[in-house]
Amino acid sequence: MDFSWMAWTWPTATFFGVILALLCGMAVWEYRVPGGSPRVGILRFETTRGDRLFISLLGSAFINLAWLGLVGPELWWSLALSVVYAVCVFRFV
Amino acid sequence: MERTYNNKAWFLVLPVLVLVAFSAIIPLMTVVNYSVQDTFGNNQFFWAGLDWFQDVLESNRFWNALGRNLIFSAIILAIEIPLGIYIALNMPKKGWGVPVCLVLMALPLLIPWNVVGTIWQVFGRVDIGLLGRTLAAAGIDYNYVQDPVDAWLTIIVMDVWHWTSLVVLLCYAGLVSIPDAYYQAARIDGASRWSVFRFIQLPKMGRVLLIAVLLRFMDSFMIYTEPFVVTGGGPGNETTFLSIDLVKMAIGQFDVGPAAAMSLVYFLIVLSLSWVFYTVMTNQGQEKGK
Repeated sequence: MDFSWMAWTWPTATFFGVILALLCGMAVWEYRVPGGSPRVGILRFETTRGDRLFISLLGSAFINLAWLGLVGPELWWSLALSVVYAVCVFRFV
Repeated sequence: MERTYNNKAWFLVLPVLVLVAFSAIIPLMTVVNYSVQDTFGNNQFFWAGLDWFQDVLESNRFWNALGRNLIFSAIILAIEIPLGIYIALNMPKKGWGVPVCLVLMALPLLIPWNVVGTIWQVFGRVDIGLLGRTLAAAGIDYNYVQDPVDAWLTIIVMDVWHWTSLVVLLCYAGLVSIPDAYYQAARIDGASRWSVFRFIQLPKMGRVLLIAVLLRFMDSFMIYTEPFVVTGGGPGNETTFLSIDLVKMAIGQFDVGPAAAMSLVYFLIVLSLSWVFYTVMTNQGQEKGK
């Protein structure tokens, strides 16, 4: 099969690989600790760990977009900021 | 007793996953790939990095279209949700009027988007349209082709005509599911019409209203066909919404890379706004249920 129309590049393949790895990790986590660990955090409503991953990914996308628009195309610092943000989400949300 | 978890049922959703992979995930991956490259066709791509995203974020064209989209969605929700509730409250609950009203309400929903656009495009024309000629005869200066306010009024009225029925039908479904015992209790307590609405009907319609708000927000935020047919995004760019701009960029100009970057930013905005709506409304419902 010819997938050249999908125009794959190494950076985008790595991006999707990381997303896939995160989803697999979440599946293993759910298998080990079923139920999604629901709790009420600083947002004052119940979230499961799936919700927390979604909030982390969505927030990270906006952090990187904001960095790109306001600072510039070097995104390593915004990536680090996104990791810190994701850790905070998993810890406090 | 320890609870047993059986995950074998997940295999039953595999067919859906395959379907979603082909209809959504693979196209989305392709859009991400296109958003960091440039192409002149013939499957030849050149690395562009984050240039297209930067262009989108710095472009007035994008922010203006986004602003127009948000204003349009806000107006649509502000009109269609209260109007839909009001009509549903006043529809008959039994007798021959029920099927008649339901069919009348369902009719606009059965008409394809482009046909609705064509109907209103002709209806509003000053030279041959019933609305346009009537307004002209009444001395009202109406011309949706040249006047931005008239163009906005036309597409808002068109959308209200097309989609309020959906809100009505959803609210009606919520209303008829309320048991009579609630109304009897309200009558015994001497509750006013407003109290019955505020404390019985509105809370009981909460779930369907959530669906109505979400559907109408998503649909109005992604509207394309009707305004494209009626105004083509004009006069000037006054009714150019994000989707119209996106199609112009991707197909009209064949700027696939910038269009892919813009569609990803658009997707993120839709996703986050829908998540906020959904979270706020479901949590309000849960709090009320406690």
